[in-house]
Amino acid sequence: MEKVKKINIDGLSVQVKNGQTILDAARSVNIHIPTLCHHDDLCIAGNCRVCVVEVKGKKGLVASCAMPTEEGMEITTNSLMVRNARKQIIELLLSEHDSRCTLCYKNGKCELQSLAAEYKITGDSFIDLVPFKNYQIDKLSPSVIKDDSKCIRCQRCVRTCNELQQVGALSMAYKGGETKISTFVESPLYEVVCTQCGQCINRCPTGALTEKNYLDPVWEAIFDHSKHVVVQTAPAVRVALGEELGIPSGEVVTGKMVAALQRLGFDSVMDTDFTADLTIMEEGTELLGRLEKVLKGGDNDVKLPLATSCSPGWVKFMEHLYPDFIDHMSTCKSPQQMFGALAKTYYAQKRNIDPKDIVSVSIMPCTAKKFEADRPEMRSSGYKDVDFVLTTRELAIMIRQAGIDFNSLEESDFDTLMGESTGAAVIFGATGGVMEAALRTVYELVTGREVPFDRLDILPVRGMDGIREAEVKIEGVLPEYDYLEGVTLKTAIAHGLVNARKLMEMIKKEGAMYHFIEIMACPGGCLGGGGQPLPTSKKIRDKRARAIYAEDAGKPIRKSHENPEIKQIYEEFLHEPLGEMSHKLLHTKYRERIKF
Amino acid sequence: MAGKKLKKVDLIFNQECLTKEYLKRTLDRDADELLAELIDSGLRGRGGAGFPTAMKWKMARQAAGDEKYVICNADEGEPGTFKDREILEKVACKVFDGMALCARVIGAKKGFVYLRGEYKFLLEQLEKDLDIFHKNLRDIGFNFHVGIFLGSGAYICGEETALFESMEGKRGEPRNKPPYPTLLGYRNKPTVINNVETLVSALMVTQIGAAEFKKLGTADSSGSKLFSVSGDTPRPGIYELELGMKLSQFVEEFGDGDTKAVQVGGAAGFCVPRKRFDETVIGFEGVPTGGSMMIFNSSRSMFNVIKNYLDFFSEESCGQCTPCRVGCQQLLLGIDAVKRGEKDPAYIDSMLKLTQTMKMTSKCGLGQSVANSFASIAQNFREEMIY
Repeated sequence: MEKVKKINIDGLSVQVKNGQTILDAARSVNIHIPTLCHHDDLCIAGNCRVCVVEVKGKKGLVASCAMPTEEGMEITTNSLMVRNARKQIIELLLSEHDSRCTLCYKNGKCELQSLAAEYKITGDSFIDLVPFKNYQIDKLSPSVIKDDSKCIRCQRCVRTCNELQQVGALSMAYKGGETKISTFVESPLYEVVCTQCGQCINRCPTGALTEKNYLDPVWEAIFDHSKHVVVQTAPAVRVALGEELGIPSGEVVTGKMVAALQRLGFDSVMDTDFTADLTIMEEGTELLGRLEKVLKGGDNDVKLPLATSCSPGWVKFMEHLYPDFIDHMSTCKSPQQMFGALAKTYYAQKRNIDPKDIVSVSIMPCTAKKFEADRPEMRSSGYKDVDFVLTTRELAIMIRQAGIDFNSLEESDFDTLMGESTGAAVIFGATGGVMEAALRTVYELVTGREVPFDRLDILPVRGMDGIREAEVKIEGVLPEYDYLEGVTLKTAIAHGLVNARKLMEMIKKEGAMYHFIEIMACPGGCLGGGGQPLPTSKKIRDKRARAIYAEDAGKPIRKSHENPEIKQIYEEFLHEPLGEMSHKLLHTKYRERIKF
Repeated sequence: MAGKKLKKVDLIFNQECLTKEYLKRTLDRDADELLAELIDSGLRGRGGAGFPTAMKWKMARQAAGDEKYVICNADEGEPGTFKDREILEKVACKVFDGMALCARVIGAKKGFVYLRGEYKFLLEQLEKDLDIFHKNLRDIGFNFHVGIFLGSGAYICGEETALFESMEGKRGEPRNKPPYPTLLGYRNKPTVINNVETLVSALMVTQIGAAEFKKLGTADSSGSKLFSVSGDTPRPGIYELELGMKLSQFVEEFGDGDTKAVQVGGAAGFCVPRKRFDETVIGFEGVPTGGSMMIFNSSRSMFNVIKNYLDFFSEESCGQCTPCRVGCQQLLLGIDAVKRGEKDPAYIDSMLKLTQTMKMTSKCGLGQSVANSFASIAQNFREEMIY
C-alpha cells in the first residue's frame, strides 16, 4: 500500500507519495525549481546541482531532484542561501561553457541560456576557462554535431544513450577538469556504434548536441531556378511541427504545413505517406511470400520473423549489434528512400523533368534519416535519391526565416502526384502503426474481408508499452492463400532501442516466436524522433500519438491498398509488388558494422 | 577545552589478540552483546569523517535481507596519510578479524578489501594472510569469505559510494545519498564500509573492553588512533596517540622548532596556524583527522601548499557535479591570478564564497571539503596569497 506523507514546502503543506522526490513534490504544487541534469525520461543524476534547496535539519543544501521526501520535511526553495548557491553554480557552468550565445545553433532554445537569463547573470564573476580547454567539435557524421565547448557535463546524453537506447555510443571520459562526454577511443560519432537516432539531441539542454543542419543548401536549391525542388513530409512531422510555431502539442497542422512549404518555394509538395502506403504493398507482399515458403515448403533459407525496416536508427542498430538478423529484415527501403527513388524516376517521367535537375528534399522527424539518405545503397535512380533531409525543427526554422505567420496560413493540399495517402500511412508515425497498417492490408488481401477490428482500429498494437504482442487469427482465406487458413499471425512491436534489444534477445533465445515484428528506434516511434520539436516528454509524445490516430480516423481511405495513386503507380510504372521495377527502386541491402 | 596530554599508545600493532582461539571466542559471543560493547566504546570512524562505527553496524544489522557485505576501505589516498599501509603490512590479520567481527554482527557472508592500486605490492602477502584467515574461519566453523579488489588509482574511489561503483565495474562516481550504504551499498545490498584502522579498533574494543578503550581519549573522541606524521619534522613516521591532545603538544613532540602551520587531515583537512596551536584539540570536538599530520616550517610557502592541494583536487574530482568540477579549476586559476596581480586581492573573498557554495552543494565529501584547506590557508595566510 502506498503511504502518504505530509511535508512542508515554502510554507505550503503538501501531501506526497512514497518515492517522490522534493522536486516532484514542489512541481505538484506549482513551485518552480530550476533543473538542468534532470529529465523526466531519464534516471536521476543529481550532478548539476542547480536544483538545490534548504531542508531544515540537513547540513548544507540538498539536490531536490535526488532527495526523497520524508515525513515532516520542511523545505525552503527560495532563500538567500539557495539563490546565491544556484547563481554561483550557473556562473560556474558558464565559465566552462563557450558563452557566445549569439553564434550558437541552440540560441533561444538553450536551457542554460534561459537559466542565465532567469538569474540575470551579468559580468564575469569567474575566470573564463574556455581558453584553457582543448574543446573538440565533431562534425563528421551526417546527422549529429557534437560540440564539447557547449557541454555542461549533465550526462543527459550519456543516460539517454545507455539507458533509454542502450546503445552505449556515448560515455564519460577523464576526470576532474578534463571530464568530457566521449566515445570509444574518442572516435568521431560517425565511426562508432552511434545509430544517429538523435535522442541525445532531444535531451541535450545546450548546444552541445545538435542536428547537422542543411538549411543553406536547401535555400540555395529553392532559389536556383534551374532546379526543380521537390519535398516530401513524413507522417509524424504534421503532428509536431506546430509545437515549434506557437501551436499547442497534439494539434495536427497538415494543411498549414503544406501551405508553408508551398510558400517557401518548393516546386512540388508531396507526401511520404504515399510511399508509406507503397511500403505496405511491398512489405505485405514480402511477408506473404515468406509465410508461403515457410508454411508450404519448409524453406530453411527463409527467415521469420520478418522485421520492418522503416526506422534507419533501428536498421543501423541491427547492423552494428545484431548482424545475424540481417536476413530477417524486410528488404523494403524506408518510405523516405522509396519516395526519393521514385521522385527521380516515376515523378521525373510524369512531369517530364530531367532527374539531374531535381533536388529531392525530405522533412523528417528523424536525424538518422540524414544518415540513411547518405547510404551508398540509396542511389537507385542513378542520382542521390534524397538530396537533403531536414528535421521538423529545421523546417520550423525555415518557416520563421521566411517571415511566414504559420498560424494564419490558409490550409492547402499536397500535390496530386505522389501526394495521396491513407490513414494507414499516417499511423506510420506512431509505434505500432506500420504493424497496424500492414495487418489492415494483409488480412484483406488474404481473406477478401476487412480486418476484424471495430472501425479498423487494431487496438492491441497501439499504446506506449515498450514491447507489445498481438495475434490475429486468419480464417476463411481466398483459395490462393490456402496455406494461411487457420494460421494465427503472431506479431510483436518494440519502440526505443532498449526495447529493440530486449526483443532481439528474446528472439535469439527462444527462436522464431513471431511472424512479423515492427521496431522503431525512438520512444513512441517517429513521433518521438530525434528531429522533433523540443522539449520531449511522455506527456507530449502521448499527445502526438493521439493526434496521429485522430488523423487516421478522419481519413476517407484507411487502407493502403485502396489508395488510388498506389493503384495507379502499379498500373503505370511498377507493375506489381516485388516486381522487377520494385526490386530496382524500392528494395535494398544491409551490412554488418562495428560493435563499439 | 582542556586537552589531554600527548600520550603514545601501543594497541593497534600489538599482536596479542591474533590467535585463532581469540577469534573463536569473539565470534562465539552474542551479536547484540558485541554491538552493545561497540556502542559503549564510542568508537568513531578512523578514515576521517568520524561516523559512529556502531551506528553503521547497527543499521546494517537491522537492514532486511540475507545478502550483506563488509567492505574494508583500503583506498588510502588522502595526501599525507600512510598508516593503513603500515597496518596492512604488519597486522593484516587484525583487519580481517575485524571484518569477521563485523560480519558476525551484521550477518554478512562476504567481505572485500578495496586495496588502493598503488598498494599492489602488498597483494601477495595479503593473499597469504587471507589464506590463514580463511583456514582459521573454516576451523572455527564461521562462514565468511574475504576477497581483495584492487583499485586503479583514483582518489575519488575512496569515497564509499564511488568505491562501490568501482567494484561494480563502473566509473568511480559518488552516488546520491540517501540511500546510504547500510541500506543499499555494494550491489545495492546492505553494506558496512569501514576504514582499515576502524576495523582494527573495533576488534581492539572487544579485546580490551569498552571501559578500557574509553579511558583513552575524550568523551567525543574515545580511544587512540594512528597518526601519519610528515613534513618538516625530525621524526616522520607512524605514531599511535591518544585522541584529544592539543596541537601545541603534538608540535612540541614532532615539530622542528620552527613550525609555522600544521595541515591536519590531509588536503581535505584544515590548516592550523601557529597562533592557534594551543587552542586546537585534535579530535572530533576540535579538528578531526584521518591521521594525516603535515608539518610546515617557516621556509614553506603556504601559497604553494594550497596550490598543490588545488592541483590535486582539480585532477581528482570525479567531474560529475558542477561545484566540485568547476569550482576546483576556478580556485586553482584564481589563486594564480591574484598572485600575478591579474585579479584584485578582493578576489580571494569571492573565492572564499565559492568554497562555501562548494561545501553546501557538492555531491560528496571531496567537493565539500575543499573549503576546509582553502579557507583555513587563505584566511590565515592571506598575505602569502597576494604577495
